[in-house]
Amino acid sequence: MSPPPPNGGGEADLRSSGPPELAPDDHVRGDGGRVVIEYGDYECPYCARADRLLAELPIVRVFRHFPVPSKHPRARALALAAEAAGLQGRYWEMHDSLFGDQGHLDDPHLWQRARELGLDLDRFEADRRSPELDERVTRDFHSGVRAGVMSTPTLFVDGEACPGVPGPELLARLRG
Amino acid sequence: MIEAGTPAPDFKLRDQDGADVSLEDLRGQTVVLVFYPLDFSPVCTDQLSIYQELVQDFDQRGVKLYGVSVDSPFAHKAFQERLNLTIPLLADFEPKGAVAKSYGVYNDDYGTSQRALVMIGPDGVVKWSYCSPSALEIPGANLIFDALEPSAA
Repeated sequence: MSPPPPNGGGEADLRSSGPPELAPDDHVRGDGGRVVIEYGDYECPYCARADRLLAELPIVRVFRHFPVPSKHPRARALALAAEAAGLQGRYWEMHDSLFGDQGHLDDPHLWQRARELGLDLDRFEADRRSPELDERVTRDFHSGVRAGVMSTPTLFVDGEACPGVPGPELLARLRG
Repeated sequence: MIEAGTPAPDFKLRDQDGADVSLEDLRGQTVVLVFYPLDFSPVCTDQLSIYQELVQDFDQRGVKLYGVSVDSPFAHKAFQERLNLTIPLLADFEPKGAVAKSYGVYNDDYGTSQRALVMIGPDGVVKWSYCSPSALEIPGANLIFDALEPSAA
């Protein structure tokens, strides 16, 4: 038998949901223009590229975690680090820090980043191991699964799934 | 490809450790055969990595996934270790692609199986099947959950 799941045995609904919709506690930045929901992973180089391209655009950006540790062993730890920074009001700063340098993603590098952002390090350490944040990351992942996400990055624009780094056509559409 | 309601063709294939796995052995549980083109090709890597993240959710529903491709058991072993997969991988290696052919999901042009999912019920009858329109399109894990739990509506 498999070990009992950490959430106490409740089965998550993983059936198709259609495109994701903005949730009250999503991480959102930017104003005006289209809403772009991105499913990504901080260890994924394509996600970092997509993130840089999106940063130039007049859009509302939403980031959701889609960590796939078998491919990117640090993915989940990094998602949790960003969430833990978020509890101290610095989610996007950690997000930018991680995507800005994907060559330094071990724990000591995370502490260094946390110090640079002025975070309370003890609290950061406790928070990134908390079951609540773990559940939050899993919830993002599950919402992606339900929307049919099967690779990162996957962007949702006007209810349409756009897998991969956005190409010229999509960028032009988002600019306009 | 094979359709729901058809008895699943029997097979006996070696897994990544060289052990024989037959459909007969799997009777009594719901099994999903995940046919994919090749070990180590980038798209397949995403597919099995994401299914791997959901193994616990499949377990909760009493469902066991098996990857199937024309690669040898040794290639499967290396692929499994590379991705830390616990999903067993079956070698449809000799005669090449025979099981994929019996399930109607072999692609003669590429010499590999198509990207397809076949759900077999505890009674050995195909419960659901899905074939990607192209090898680049990965069937979302959500489709498997849809097939397991048809909505009441």
